[in-house]
Amino acid sequence: MLYKGKLLLIALFYSFLIQVQAQVAKPVEMADTMRSNGKIYVVVAVILTLFAGLIIYLVSLDKKISRLEKGAD
Amino acid sequence: MKLAWWKILSIALLLYAFVGGLLLPTPARPIVNESIRNLYYHVPMWFGMMVIMTISVVNAIRYLRTSSLEYDILSSKYGLTGMLFGILGISTGAIWAKYTWGAPWSNDIKQILAAVALLIYAAYFVLRSSLDDIDKKARVSAVYNIFAYTMLFPTLFIIPRLYDSLHPGGEGNPAISQRDIDPIMRMVFWPAVLGWTLLAVWITTLFVRVQRLKDKNILHAL
Repeated sequence: MLYKGKLLLIALFYSFLIQVQAQVAKPVEMADTMRSNGKIYVVVAVILTLFAGLIIYLVSLDKKISRLEKGAD
Repeated sequence: MKLAWWKILSIALLLYAFVGGLLLPTPARPIVNESIRNLYYHVPMWFGMMVIMTISVVNAIRYLRTSSLEYDILSSKYGLTGMLFGILGISTGAIWAKYTWGAPWSNDIKQILAAVALLIYAAYFVLRSSLDDIDKKARVSAVYNIFAYTMLFPTLFIIPRLYDSLHPGGEGNPAISQRDIDPIMRMVFWPAVLGWTLLAVWITTLFVRVQRLKDKNILHAL
């Protein structure tokens, strides 16, 4: 009987401890403000512009080399 | 000019990786916070490098079997793009490490051995440029390419797992195992890997075609 009571007490203590831990854990900080005011789209626009520039450059190189290959034959 | 389907696929996948990678939700984790999105950009560099170096070594072996210089061009140019991806991988890793591990270079086992792997490949290009005879250059560098490729496995995969590392994924297969990547992130990660790899192939084909033209001009001049 006494043994069971002790076990219950320990279980209670641990469940309390877990609850305290859950309260202490802070929410992880993410870039929510940046998203809420929408400025993340500025970054997306910049990256897409860079990517578009690179791809246009790559395609034009591709074309030039194709032209050279035709000329060389 | 009509673009080949895989070039268009590469552009589409990368567009998706840029937009989705920045805007789709990610799990909130301490320490990495929003930089968790680097998974879409830093890790595909290494995955891309592995694929490209595999193509390089396959062509090195094809050269040794056939002695056709065409395979030597393919092997060396794929090696060049693989090297570019490796350098981008290690430098983006350093930027990420600055804000998560506290320093861009903390002599972590993963960082040191990634640098070793890249230096072994750097020697490949030194070796190539030191030999004048075209056939000898092709043969010696093809053999060295096999050595450099083999060294990727202990340096990038085996030894880092035997020591404690700051880099995640040491206990299993980083980025591949189920535990490491949230399912939401896998929806962007794998398309990004494929997109970057195809872009690397595209860039390499340009190098290869220029080299072929150069070789043709040399033959005409003779």
